[in-house]
Amino acid sequence: MLSIRATAALTFAGLAGIGLLSACGSDSEGDEAAGGKVSITVASDAGLTPEAIASFDQQIASFKKTHPNIEVVREEYTWTGPTFAAKLAGGTLPDVFTVPFTDGRTLIARRQVADISEEVAELPYAGQFNETVIAAGQSEDGKISMLPTAAYGQALHYNRALFEEAGLDPDQPPTSWSEIRSAAKQIADRTGQAGYSVMTKGNTGGWILSTEAYAMGGRMSQAEGEKQKATIDNPGAKQALNLIRSMRWEDNSMGSNFGYDWNSINQAFAAGKIGMYVTGGTTYENLVAQNEIEPSEYGLSVLPLEGTDAGVLGGGTLAAVSVKASEAERKAAVEWIDFFYMQKLITEDGAKRDAENRQAEKQPVGTPQLPVFDQATEQQRQGWIADYVDVPLEQMSHYTEAAAAQPLVPEPPVATQDLYAALDPVVQKVLTDQNANVDELLAAANTEVQTIFDRN
Amino acid sequence: MSVTDRAAPGAADVQKPPEVRRQTKGVRGNGLATVIFLLPMLIAFGVFSWYPIGRSLLMSVQQTNLISPAEFVGLENYRYVLQDPDLWTAVRNTGYFAALALVFGYPIPLLLAVLMSEVRRWRGIYTALAYLPVVVPPVVAVLLWKFFYDGGPDGVFNTLLGWIGLGPYAWLNSSSLAMPSLVLEATWAAAGGTVIIYLAALTAVPPELYDAAEVDGASIWQKVWHVTLPQLRGVLLVTLILQLIGTAQVFLEPYLFTGGGPSNATLTVLLLIYNYAFGSSLSGDFGAATAASVMLATVLALLSALYFRLTRAWSQ
Repeated sequence: MLSIRATAALTFAGLAGIGLLSACGSDSEGDEAAGGKVSITVASDAGLTPEAIASFDQQIASFKKTHPNIEVVREEYTWTGPTFAAKLAGGTLPDVFTVPFTDGRTLIARRQVADISEEVAELPYAGQFNETVIAAGQSEDGKISMLPTAAYGQALHYNRALFEEAGLDPDQPPTSWSEIRSAAKQIADRTGQAGYSVMTKGNTGGWILSTEAYAMGGRMSQAEGEKQKATIDNPGAKQALNLIRSMRWEDNSMGSNFGYDWNSINQAFAAGKIGMYVTGGTTYENLVAQNEIEPSEYGLSVLPLEGTDAGVLGGGTLAAVSVKASEAERKAAVEWIDFFYMQKLITEDGAKRDAENRQAEKQPVGTPQLPVFDQATEQQRQGWIADYVDVPLEQMSHYTEAAAAQPLVPEPPVATQDLYAALDPVVQKVLTDQNANVDELLAAANTEVQTIFDRN
Repeated sequence: MSVTDRAAPGAADVQKPPEVRRQTKGVRGNGLATVIFLLPMLIAFGVFSWYPIGRSLLMSVQQTNLISPAEFVGLENYRYVLQDPDLWTAVRNTGYFAALALVFGYPIPLLLAVLMSEVRRWRGIYTALAYLPVVVPPVVAVLLWKFFYDGGPDGVFNTLLGWIGLGPYAWLNSSSLAMPSLVLEATWAAAGGTVIIYLAALTAVPPELYDAAEVDGASIWQKVWHVTLPQLRGVLLVTLILQLIGTAQVFLEPYLFTGGGPSNATLTVLLLIYNYAFGSSLSGDFGAATAASVMLATVLALLSALYFRLTRAWSQ
């Protein structure tokens, strides 16, 4: 018979053990409730305001009216590189989540997202996607495994106030890389701020260098049979690096901070410390929501394309379903993607509902984006929301008038983030070492990326 | 001596064995309770420490993304890491950080502690001031120093140095200055804790030793060298090994200040391991990350063993 102490200890240990086990336990099992009901978790942006959360919940309520058998649970999620890797590995992603185009092909090839091709094939618009855009969510055999919800091309963002202060015409942004260089110098000389800046950290250095290389006719990799060949040391990349080296060391027009990532460069741009920089064409939304940019100071134009095969590096957002989802959850998840992400692109009700929600959330409405379907559908959508638009479209006209005609080129399809990561130090070296040898740096990066390709 | 007196030890002898037996019986009798009380700790250590260690060892010989089935690859991950040119850059940088921290970060807290122990008035205030940086959350401290290190002519440090005709310096944007900049902040952030340890140890130094030294005509420097340091050597040895292990695993500063840049000038071993595993959203090269972790742990264990062996005589 156990003593009182032993009994107490047993009880204590049992409780502690149960606590530990429940802490470590999975919560993803058994989401299919009795009575044919299915429950899914869906991503909602982290850090939303109470109004935005209420608006999101209202959308869930609307969805449930037409889908009474689907229980939708909101879960905070925002894609960031390191946390996504951990959540993916730990199996803690919501059933429906979003990723940038960059990761699409690799996730599909590694079977790290659910195969939703059968469910997608039943959607009425499955065959109408913009071919360049849908490629990011397709497997090698053409099956659609992730749905593109928004698309953009890289663009030149500029500060109209700094342009004016430097004696430049803000309604005539640069249309060639040499004009960008001379405008940057003029801004730096006359205002003391950086004329042109680039990101260099957290794989963004490689992202922007690849963008510039594409715009100068380069490509960072090419398929050779079933293998990928690194082509980092292409003429476009060399030209791009030599351009920023000249701007940095000859013109001194790139300021004094060479450690920007996506967040910090947006912050510095919104604060009026940067004349021009290159990033995704829809970044205005973030500049408003997170950096409180003064709209009248904002300008957007297309990237100059120079050289044979020059193109704009494209990007966007893909909606995906967790690989852990059961068949019923997968079907429910695609229903939610259709309702929440796709209807606003193709139906008047969906577009207006989205615009109203964005206004309620104090988010800009009408930021130009590339067509996920065709140009006519996108123009139709813009017509539906015309009354809600509050972004300074006139200041973006150089982008909106020319972007659709520019060839959109997908990101390097294999080990994209690793390729970008290998280029970060190259860009940093050129910006911080006057004697950096561009050819040697690119050759070394090429070898490094080829090793990564081979390992993949 | 009376009989009673003589009998007393004998009585104690007679009584002692049952007491030992009772203790033995007590342990045996409560063996289950002992194990049960130990169980939560065993489970906690098992789940959060031993299992991850075992899993890491296993993963270091596998190629896995934690979703597809793992594939046994033998020592391939170790070969990959050892052939990665970034590893040797990271090892060099970590060594450089450790050396700079040793030269500047190690003696400064000792010097501060010795000086503060000499102060009679307002000692509490000085102690609080020295400890204050430890209270500041590390991320906040780094963001604050990032602001100080602004490379423009109107950066805080550049403005201060400009008053005496120096600079402007690129600080974190310079390959040569980035690492010393990190060490400077790390020293500022960590010195307070070590100062407190030294101050506590200094109170244990017998004042007679200083009195005797003073009678012998010793100068302040001689008192420090011949009395203070030998008396503190046990603590000094422990703080040294802790600092060496800590600096070998430096991560926070390079991660938050520079992300390992510019151009890998501040890439450290732990940051490289992090990059293998989490540097990109998809790379998830957990095989390489765990292989590098196992190598780092082995090197640190060997260094610690060697260190204690070499300093055994001195520390006794």
